[in-house]
Amino acid sequence: MKKKSISYAKWGYIFLIPFVVVYIIFALIPLIQTFYYSVIDYTVSQGSVASIRQPATTGDNIIDNGFCGLDNFKAVIVDNGIFVSSLKNTMILWIIGFIPQIIMSLLLAVWFTDIRLKLKAQGFFKTVIYLPNVIMASAFSLLFYSLFTRDVGSLDILLGHPYMLENVGGSRTVVGIINFMMWYGNTTILLMASIMGIDTSLYESAQIDGANPTQTFWNITIPLIKPIFAYVVVTSMIGGLQMYDVPVIIGGPTGGAKGVLTTLVAQIQLGKNSSVGKVSALSVLVFIVSAILGFITLKIMDDDTVKTRYGKKKKKKKA
Amino acid sequence: MPRIEGVAGQTDDRTKLLIRRIIAYTVLIILVFISLLPFYLLIINATRGKVQTGLRFFPESYLDDNIKTLTSDSVKVQYGSVVRAFLNSAFVSVSVTILSVYFSALTAYAIHVYDFKLKKAAHTFILIVMMVPTQSAAIGFYRMMKNMTVFGSNGLLDSYIPLIVPAVAAPSVYFFMIQYMSSSLPLEIVEAARIDGCGEFRTFNSIVLPILKPAFAVQGIFCFVGAWNNLFMPQLIINSLDKKTIPMILQVMRSNIQGNPMAADAGLMNLYMVIAIVPVIVVYLALSKYIIRGIALGAVKG
Repeated sequence: MKKKSISYAKWGYIFLIPFVVVYIIFALIPLIQTFYYSVIDYTVSQGSVASIRQPATTGDNIIDNGFCGLDNFKAVIVDNGIFVSSLKNTMILWIIGFIPQIIMSLLLAVWFTDIRLKLKAQGFFKTVIYLPNVIMASAFSLLFYSLFTRDVGSLDILLGHPYMLENVGGSRTVVGIINFMMWYGNTTILLMASIMGIDTSLYESAQIDGANPTQTFWNITIPLIKPIFAYVVVTSMIGGLQMYDVPVIIGGPTGGAKGVLTTLVAQIQLGKNSSVGKVSALSVLVFIVSAILGFITLKIMDDDTVKTRYGKKKKKKKA
Repeated sequence: MPRIEGVAGQTDDRTKLLIRRIIAYTVLIILVFISLLPFYLLIINATRGKVQTGLRFFPESYLDDNIKTLTSDSVKVQYGSVVRAFLNSAFVSVSVTILSVYFSALTAYAIHVYDFKLKKAAHTFILIVMMVPTQSAAIGFYRMMKNMTVFGSNGLLDSYIPLIVPAVAAPSVYFFMIQYMSSSLPLEIVEAARIDGCGEFRTFNSIVLPILKPAFAVQGIFCFVGAWNNLFMPQLIINSLDKKTIPMILQVMRSNIQGNPMAADAGLMNLYMVIAIVPVIVVYLALSKYIIRGIALGAVKG
């Protein structure tokens, strides 16, 4: 017979089961395995891939020499190893896309929220500038790839055969342009939400004091959106670390000109069935970098000023 | 928002404002143009022939030919059936979407409604794992799927299970759901259902789920778009041509251009890309209001 007060606690546990079980099987165990492989001299040799202690053998042979300490890490870090080179590639691609993106987004966010400017048709503009973000990155990149293909691409012909995709700067620029186009709308909307949380009376009093828009921007907007700004930078970096679709379509499996489009994540695809140990070491390093960035994000989110937009307005006096 | 007119130097201010407005609109119109140009080019190029020299801004008459080529046998050998690829993508994306939103809501419900010892710990745990990029565990995931034997099959590679089932544990969707519940799901509703003798599981399915509809819409769109556009995971798992999703076929096309640029059929490729982006564009234009709102919401909340 039921007691008068029933404990529903067990239902909490029951409803958590699917999430927990799936997470453990499909995310936690793979993560632990990745850490495990990173300290194992484990290679699937396909005729060309050498392991740490053994030269390449022919055929689809698994070479498992057991524990090798930090040799895999040494191999991917020292002497411009795959981690260092692909981290460099990834960061350069990220920066080329991010700098124009943050400048443009700040400008747009300020315009959209300017109380004097009062731009019309904001909904339309926002919808359009965000549109590229939902589009398949692979399709976007393939379009650019076909436009710039040597001798047959329309833009290659139109621009007088610059062979953009065959030189280092050109291919990086193309990836940067695509990343910029895909993400500036997203960043604009994030920054806008943050600027809209700023107390309008601050702007009004600045206006009465005769501040021009530039002064208002540097002395009110920027200091007050700093936390969200930091959030945007850090989350964009986390996203940048995972960059894959665009560079792999533009550069192909070999990473384009001199392999400069081979990103961190592309290395995982390349090594999934060959240099398992080394790629695992690289994954662990990606994990560590992401963990640090993620920790920073959580810290920023804890910051009180981020919560301005929930309605609890925190007024800051102008310095 | 209240507006205050300038007091001193009013005319001067007005001209300045007008100039700023003109600059703002000009930049915005240029950006609109840049953002829409790729789609316009895709659609125009899909109506053009095999060899496309220079840019054109008006449709040509090769659309029928391109459609015929797309469904021809030779293309099927190269790229698989386009209908099949479309259905593969649709199957994976729809399954991922349903699993993600349903189970994330269930998980969030467990933590929002019930009091149990591990409640706080579970919440913190999910927040932490939200920060772990799936790619960093990808190599372990691949090796595990390769070696896993289920129902006598030799590994889970080249099957959809590794693409679909992990969607049950989607920390970021969970995070959104729990935020939504704390603002729009009063516990009184659950208690009322209990008094009426409704079982816990049924309460969730028939009373709570309808309340969560708006949250489902927002997260559903993001899940669908993410899965539809995903190249990395299918690339990791799928090998055979008839199981490939659309982004994978696009990658095959790309390597064919590199292999033999002169033989590439630009009209065909552009038509394929149009097909690849149409479902997302339709969903986006129909629901852009929710999407734009969802981005800002997601930002506040992570």
